[in-house]
Amino acid sequence: MTRINISKTPKCYVGGAFIRSESGRVTALHDASGAFFANIPQCTRKDLRNAVEAAAKAGPGWAKRSAFNRGQILYRLAEMMEARSSELAEAVALGGASKADASREVAASIERVVHYAGWTDKYEQILGSVNPVASAHFNFTVTEPMGIIGVIAPDDSPLLALVSLILPAITSGNCVVALASGTQPYPSILLGEMLATSDLPGGVVNLLTGLRSEMVPTFATHEHLRALNGVVNAADRKTLKLGAAESVKRVHLLKAEEPIDWFADKKQGVEEIRALIEFKTTWHPVGA
Amino acid sequence: MPAAKAPTSLRRLFDEIGTVDQVGIEERVATFTTRSLKKKSKVFGLRLAVSMVDLTTLEGKDTPGKVASLCQKALCPHDVGDIPPTAAVCVYPAMVKHARKHVGGTSVKIASVATAFPSGQAPLKTRLAEVRAAVKDGADEIDMVINRGAFLSGEFGRMQDEIAAVVEACGQATLKVILEVSELETYDNIRAASFLAMRVIRPGDFIKTSTGKTSSNATLGNNQVMLEAIRDHFLATGIPISMKPAGGIRTAKQALHFLIAVKETLGDEWLNNRRYRFGASALLNDLVRQLEKERTGAYQAPWNFSEATEGY
Repeated sequence: MTRINISKTPKCYVGGAFIRSESGRVTALHDASGAFFANIPQCTRKDLRNAVEAAAKAGPGWAKRSAFNRGQILYRLAEMMEARSSELAEAVALGGASKADASREVAASIERVVHYAGWTDKYEQILGSVNPVASAHFNFTVTEPMGIIGVIAPDDSPLLALVSLILPAITSGNCVVALASGTQPYPSILLGEMLATSDLPGGVVNLLTGLRSEMVPTFATHEHLRALNGVVNAADRKTLKLGAAESVKRVHLLKAEEPIDWFADKKQGVEEIRALIEFKTTWHPVGA
Repeated sequence: MPAAKAPTSLRRLFDEIGTVDQVGIEERVATFTTRSLKKKSKVFGLRLAVSMVDLTTLEGKDTPGKVASLCQKALCPHDVGDIPPTAAVCVYPAMVKHARKHVGGTSVKIASVATAFPSGQAPLKTRLAEVRAAVKDGADEIDMVINRGAFLSGEFGRMQDEIAAVVEACGQATLKVILEVSELETYDNIRAASFLAMRVIRPGDFIKTSTGKTSSNATLGNNQVMLEAIRDHFLATGIPISMKPAGGIRTAKQALHFLIAVKETLGDEWLNNRRYRFGASALLNDLVRQLEKERTGAYQAPWNFSEATEGY
C-alpha cells in the first residue's frame, strides 16, 4: 500500500507553545544537495516582542526555582536530546556537515547541557563571596540573574553554538530569547521540541528563526532585554552596541568574522555564567 | 434564557426592543480585532484611550496615600511624551474627600462607586444615603449597581424605580449604571437591562458593563450588545447615552479593539470621554508603554511605568 507522505511544519518554540510567525511568512529551507526540505517561519520584530513578554512571565518563577531543581531540569533536557540524537544529527547534517561531524556536534551539545546542569548549584559558591570589612558587619556578595537575555546564534555550528550561548544564561535563572542560525535553522526547531518535553517551564527559552537584518535592530533597542549574548558581524555589532548603550544593556558579543572552536573546553564554564549575572553585596550587622 | 421561556414581563419587553443574535454579534466583534491600525491612527487611538480611562482603585486596602498617588498618575500618566490626563479617578465613597484634595479643580473628575458596590444588596435607603454622601464629599460621577435580583425575577418596575431614585440623589453628578453583565447571563438580558436603565437615566449618563469584581467582565461581545442598545435607543428617542466597559481590559491592544467597536457602531460622536470610558487600573500603564514605544521606536520595559518594579 502506498502511503501519503506526512510532512512536518517546522514551528518556533515561544512561551511554551509552537508558533508560526505572526507575519505568516516563511523561508524555504533546502538541504545541502539543493532539494526542498521545509518552510521555516520567518519571524519578525513583533514575534521578538511577544517572545520577550513570554520570557518576562516565566522569568520570576524560573529564577525562584532552587539551584538543584534547575540542574535536574537541565539534565532532563540532555536526556531528551540524547533520545533523539540521531534525528538531531540529521538536522545538523542538512547544512552539509558529514555524518560523523554532525554526530560529533550533537554529542558535544548534549555534553554541554550536562556540563551546565552540573553548574547550577555550584557557580554561586565560586562567584559569591564573604568580604572582609573593618566594622561589625557581615558583608557578603551573592549573584542574581539579570533577567531576559537576547541570544543571537552564528550561522555555523547551528546546534552546538546555540546551546553554548543559551545554557550559561538559563543556568543562573535568566530567561532567553534566541535567534537561531540564519542558514541552518532546523536544529533549533528540533531543540524547541526537546525543550518542550524537558520540564523547563514554558517561556524560559524562546527560539526564533528569521532574518538577522530584521531582528538585530530590535534586539539592540528592546529595553526589556538586559543583555545580549551572541556572535555577529561588524555592522551588527555596531547596531547592537549603539542600541545597548541607549537602553543600558550588557553586550557579550563574539566576532562572526573569526573562526570559533565551539568544541573547545573554554567555550563552557563558570566564566560564561559570570558574564550574564548581577552581583549584589549586602551589609549585615553582627552582634559584638 | 431563550426569549420564549422568559417571564412575561421580559417577553413583552423583547417584543418591543428585539432580541440579540448571539452568533451574529460574536462574528461581528471578531472582525474588530482584525483591523490594521498604522502609526498615526494608532497613536491617535492610544491617546484617546488614555483620555477615556477612569483610573480605578477599589480595594479593601485602599488608603489616602494610595489614592493620592493614583490621582497624581491620573493627572500626569507619564513624565515625558505629552500624554493627556485620564478622564477620572474611580474610588470608594470614603476616599472621595481624599481624591478631592489632589484632583479638585482639574480636568480629572472624581467618580465614586456607591449603592453598596459591588453587590448592591443593601436597603434602598442605605444605598441612597451612600450616593448623597459621596456627592456631598465632592464626587462628580456616581457608579451605581442595578438590583440584579429584581431584574432576574422580572420586577422591572422596581429596578427602574431604584435607578430613578439614584438619579435624583445624584443631583448634578453624572450617573453610571452598572448592569453587571456576568450576572445577567445572556446577551438578551444585557440588551433588556440596558434599555430599562436607559429609559430612566439622563442624556450623558452612562451604562457600564461590570463591577470588575466577578469572574467575567467587559468583553467585546457584551460591549457590542450595549453599544447597539445605545444606538437603537438613540435612533428611537434622540437621547445619547454614554458607555463604560470595565474590568478585564488590560492591554492597549484590547482598548483599541473596543474603540474600533465604538467607531463602527456609534461613530465619531462617541469617540470622546463624555460618551465613552474605560474602567481600568492596569490598562493605563500599557497605553503609556505603547505610546512611549511609538515615540521612541524602542519596545519599553514594564519597570519604566510604575507597575511591577521587581527586577525581571
